[in-house]
Amino acid sequence: MSVRMSLPASQEQTQVEPIGAEHADEDKPWQTVVWNDPVNLMSYVTYVFQKLFGYSREQATKLMLDVHHKGKAIVSSGAKEKMEGDVAKLHGAGLWATMEHTS
Amino acid sequence: MIPWERTGDTVTTKMDRREAAVLRGLITQIDAILRARVEAAPAVEGPVLTGIRTGPSTAPDDPILARLLPSFHKLDDEERATKAEQDSAAALRSLHEPELLDLKTGVAGVVLDTLPQAGGKVRLSLEQADAWLSAVNDVRLALGTTLDVSEDMPEELPDDDPRAPHLSVYHWLTWLQESLVTAMAPAD
Repeated sequence: MSVRMSLPASQEQTQVEPIGAEHADEDKPWQTVVWNDPVNLMSYVTYVFQKLFGYSREQATKLMLDVHHKGKAIVSSGAKEKMEGDVAKLHGAGLWATMEHTS
Repeated sequence: MIPWERTGDTVTTKMDRREAAVLRGLITQIDAILRARVEAAPAVEGPVLTGIRTGPSTAPDDPILARLLPSFHKLDDEERATKAEQDSAAALRSLHEPELLDLKTGVAGVVLDTLPQAGGKVRLSLEQADAWLSAVNDVRLALGTTLDVSEDMPEELPDDDPRAPHLSVYHWLTWLQESLVTAMAPAD
């Protein structure tokens, strides 16, 4: 702690932040997005999020409300193959889902 | 029809003959649309050698099928979709669509197998109930597409609107699905 505090602020930033940023990007380069549509029921969307992702009722409800009010929600992120599987399962349940690269 | 009721690992309801006939008819129609897509899939040499089935790489023209079988990337904004995204969406559709079609015709089959033609008591395992949720949702997606349903759709349309009779069926299916989700939803 005392050693790091003695470093110039700019040097500390260049050493610490990019490593964290790169690490996050490698771990979760893709994300699954669910889009709002006028047919899917709020209760059903919440149920599907709980069932497919194991989210708590509270988490699933929050994501559902984001879809409803903001038009979309990011429901999972990770490797490309994993997101493919998530989108496929959401399509199976009838939700409008797509995947996109985070960068 | 009465609301769905869950007792342990069983979910039950009762439907009259007319309700059973309407639902069976709609499920059968969706099943036929999906099977037509399966049969329209191009015959390619690859699968014979690799054992991997491939489906069509382009999205269906039919708006109902397009809603039931969405693209893996958001392509509706053509200006924004890059060539790479379009190519990737084509590859992912080709790879995943056969499985999705199997799944959707499968859940339709579960409804047809468990819903007595003459109506009466419907008794489902939790797995069958999940199949019903998916299958009924597919019918609602199809009807919603045909009727151009919006978020603020009225309970009833004017009598001279050609969509009016179908909208009441749509609302009935909404009630059926809502009731089934309520019965199935984990209580926490």
